[in-house]
Amino acid sequence: MAKDLGSVERRERVTIRFAGDSGDGIQLTGTQFTQTSAIAGNDLATFPDFPAEIRAPAGTLAGVSGFQIHFSSSSVFTHGDTPDVLVAMNPAALKANLADLKNGGVLIVNTHLFVDKNLEKAGYESNPLDGDTLSAYKVYKIDITTMTLNAISELGLNQRAATRSKNFFALGLIYWLFNRDISHTERWIEDKFRQRDALVADANLKALKAGYYFGETAGLFTHSFVVEKAEIPPGRYRNITGNEALGLGLMAAAELSGLELFLGSYPITPASDLLHFLSKQKHFGVKTYQAEDEIAAVCAALGASFAGGLGVTSTSGPGMALKAEAIGLAAMMELPMVVVNVQRGGPSTGLPTKTEQSDLLQGLFGRNGECPLPIVAAQSPSDCFWAAIEATRIALRHMTPVLLLSDGYLANGAEPWLIPNMSEIEPIRKDFHKPQLNEDGTAQTFLPYKRDENLGRPWAIPGTAGLEHRLGGLEKQHETGNVSYDPDNHQFMVELRAEKVNRVTRFIPSLEVFGSNQGEALFVSWGSTFGSVRAACTHLNAQGRSVGHIHLKHLNPLPKDLETLFDHYEHIIVPELNLGQLNLILRSRFLVKTTAFTKVKGKPFKVSELEAFFEQVCTPISPEKLIQLQEGL
Amino acid sequence: MTPNPLYQIMPASDPSQLDKKDFQSDQDIRWCPGCGDYSILKQVQSVLPTLGVPKEDIVVVSGIGCSSRFPYYMNTFGLHTIHGRAPAVVSGIKSLRPELSVWMITGDGDALSIGGNHLIHLLRRNMDIKVLLFNNRIYGLTKGQYSPTSEQGKRTKSTPLGSLEEPFNPLRLALAAGASFVARSVDVDPKHLQTTLKAAAAHKGTALIEIFQNCNIFNDGAFEPVTQRKTRADRQVVLQAGEPLLFGAKRERGLVLNHQKLCFETALVEEVGLDAIYKHQPENQVAAQLLAELSFPESPIPMGVLHQVQRPSYDQAMSEQLDYARRLYAKVDAEAELPPKPSVQSLLDSGETWLVQ
Ligand code: SF4
Repeated sequence: MAKDLGSVERRERVTIRFAGDSGDGIQLTGTQFTQTSAIAGNDLATFPDFPAEIRAPAGTLAGVSGFQIHFSSSSVFTHGDTPDVLVAMNPAALKANLADLKNGGVLIVNTHLFVDKNLEKAGYESNPLDGDTLSAYKVYKIDITTMTLNAISELGLNQRAATRSKNFFALGLIYWLFNRDISHTERWIEDKFRQRDALVADANLKALKAGYYFGETAGLFTHSFVVEKAEIPPGRYRNITGNEALGLGLMAAAELSGLELFLGSYPITPASDLLHFLSKQKHFGVKTYQAEDEIAAVCAALGASFAGGLGVTSTSGPGMALKAEAIGLAAMMELPMVVVNVQRGGPSTGLPTKTEQSDLLQGLFGRNGECPLPIVAAQSPSDCFWAAIEATRIALRHMTPVLLLSDGYLANGAEPWLIPNMSEIEPIRKDFHKPQLNEDGTAQTFLPYKRDENLGRPWAIPGTAGLEHRLGGLEKQHETGNVSYDPDNHQFMVELRAEKVNRVTRFIPSLEVFGSNQGEALFVSWGSTFGSVRAACTHLNAQGRSVGHIHLKHLNPLPKDLETLFDHYEHIIVPELNLGQLNLILRSRFLVKTTAFTKVKGKPFKVSELEAFFEQVCTPISPEKLIQLQEGL
Repeated sequence: MTPNPLYQIMPASDPSQLDKKDFQSDQDIRWCPGCGDYSILKQVQSVLPTLGVPKEDIVVVSGIGCSSRFPYYMNTFGLHTIHGRAPAVVSGIKSLRPELSVWMITGDGDALSIGGNHLIHLLRRNMDIKVLLFNNRIYGLTKGQYSPTSEQGKRTKSTPLGSLEEPFNPLRLALAAGASFVARSVDVDPKHLQTTLKAAAAHKGTALIEIFQNCNIFNDGAFEPVTQRKTRADRQVVLQAGEPLLFGAKRERGLVLNHQKLCFETALVEEVGLDAIYKHQPENQVAAQLLAELSFPESPIPMGVLHQVQRPSYDQAMSEQLDYARRLYAKVDAEAELPPKPSVQSLLDSGETWLVQ
């Protein structure tokens, strides 16, 4: 669609939040804007904010659904701290989101529902559109609903159905405001609705165009915005959420190792989408098993691992607690298994739809006995793919259950992803054990707990004649695997299992500090906080502050070279969405004085919060001190 | 079931050469002398070589408890898992590898208390698993607390004044959960136990056998009234498909179905005539429920296969659904040869993608 570029303002980055009732098609609107921006070449990140209730009453605060997108002509690490633009489709959406809007930001309000009953439902005593409560923003009051109805009146849809197209009007308007091409969404509407209901397809198309032309002709906006293409590596891209990336990563890991993928799972927010995703992949030979409970889910995965499959179980915090005993059994049987914990706000049922990083200590210590297991954490939605492969690699190499930590933010957040080429990923090798012969040709006695250099043991699967053996939770005799109550053997085996997990460090690549190699502060982070911490570090570096950033993908064991970095900084800042769990580990492991920065509000860090905390901790550093630090004194 | 070549590391062994010694492991057996478990172990070791199944395809899985030591004494692939969870573990094994012959060993505490949920779901799904439920009506390994099958009023260490609750009847529970094969046997009757084990092995689906097992340390003689050689003919009805339900030393008594009260009642054959005696129909689930109700001393108790029907097993249905999905995806019809799995790359590349130059 050609467009007269009258007055256009160039912006490096913009954050938009769409908000409305959960029935308003907000997620769809956001996703369409995301696709179009990605195709336009922006770097971007998105985050949906769903209501916790499945069917919260329409018009209430509990029913508000949001979708935020941050897009830019340079790098994007997060979904954006504070929106520059807020689109509020009803009073509740305005009430729930206004506080986040940047001062001076653009506020587009659908005025249609700002009447008594709906104002009341949202908890407004008077109409916020009257008076001067919104004077800090550039407010555009538009009766989007009526305009939509007018635009499509000739189609003769009933009022209810016609009203549903209003999100496309809003989308069209935003497309105009950001000089976007609407053709991607036009194609999408054709594909999605034409077959099912041609009338609805027409209505949505008309509404989309009407919104777009409204921007152009109404003269409401003094100018529109342009966010240019970002410099991103060439190649084929797609958008991906964390849970999709996890599913793809597990399937890729199965293919790379030549194993059948078996997922034992029980529905739980926010991990269920992984079960849904893999359940759709039956034609790839993926076996998914919705068990009767969390315990059965992990036990079935363990059974599948014993039988020679890639056993995986997926859950969130409460389910992880239930699985503890079985994970201990897997550690004792030394069978490979991947345990996925998509963390959410806790304790107990906590905040099921909100994000948190509070299961690290549960992962490290939440089992009876001395029961360490390797822990890998994903750092962004697309990184869930690589984290799943890494977790599988460790599980098979060392014959151990591995915990893979994601969280609600990663699970539902999305970003563009350069599609990897499977042939360029290193295969995962773990052969099933074969009976071995002595030199004289007789069969060797099979020792199920004899170890290789990584302390992994042989994986002998049912169906292999001559390798019949028994595994169990009772302490094992070294090498033979027979039940043993011998005190010295127990001490030896406990230490051996711990050492096995430690040996994972041999395969962890050396850490590369982002930003300053020495100076005022080192941020040490893990999991989904990667984006905000990296963005904060980038900003602070740009302001001339000497800040480094290390993001840990392996939480257990920790990389060998981590300790060597601490001496080069005045402060070690550990930001976490918990009350300081990694912080506790770093202090106890390395006797290092760290400063925890914690938050448990069910939301990710804002970049500005991290920067403010840095300012508070680090007074500008003296030149003498800087020299000392550079010399590692 | 055609085995997946992925798992065929070695050529299969010849099952015709097997005998019971092949199934004995080198581990010392640690059950108390005189425990009923010994006999059950022996009967299982006698039956397995007769099944025509290569030994390496047999997997024995247990939970926790005295009976759950069983896998250690079997020279097969085996797992001694955690308390109550064996049904979940075997479900994973069997779902991945439908070609394996999987035997689950459990006890009354393991299966009906801590693992009750898993057991009913195993039965509901009809996984092709043979479940041997050793019922000794007591907790043995933890040294003598009452179990979910202990009779009401049972005095034990944890119930010095007697237990308060009604026990579970494992057969009724299994039938109510939709089990496709439900049987009862007893440790002290090797012949009957072997026959029942063979019937279970031949069944495709979950086959549950409640095995009365004497714990001579903590609950000695719990089943003696119905299992003693002298009196058992009077106190047991041995079930045979299609045969009248007769019992007594001279098979002079039988069970008749009271249609009004919907229950079985005992009668003298000479009084009611042989035709009035109910003929056992294992496929009839309602009759099986009524048989399961029978308890001593009010009536003789049933022994043998109470109920057996054929319905698809979960593992088989799962495999079929995967094949169906693959044909559907490749757009070939049901008779066509199974197309190869698509590559993960094809999935990575699917959906909305765009090219950045
Ligand atoms: S305690 Fe009872 S059930 Fe356990 S081994 Fe001894 S006799 Fe057998």
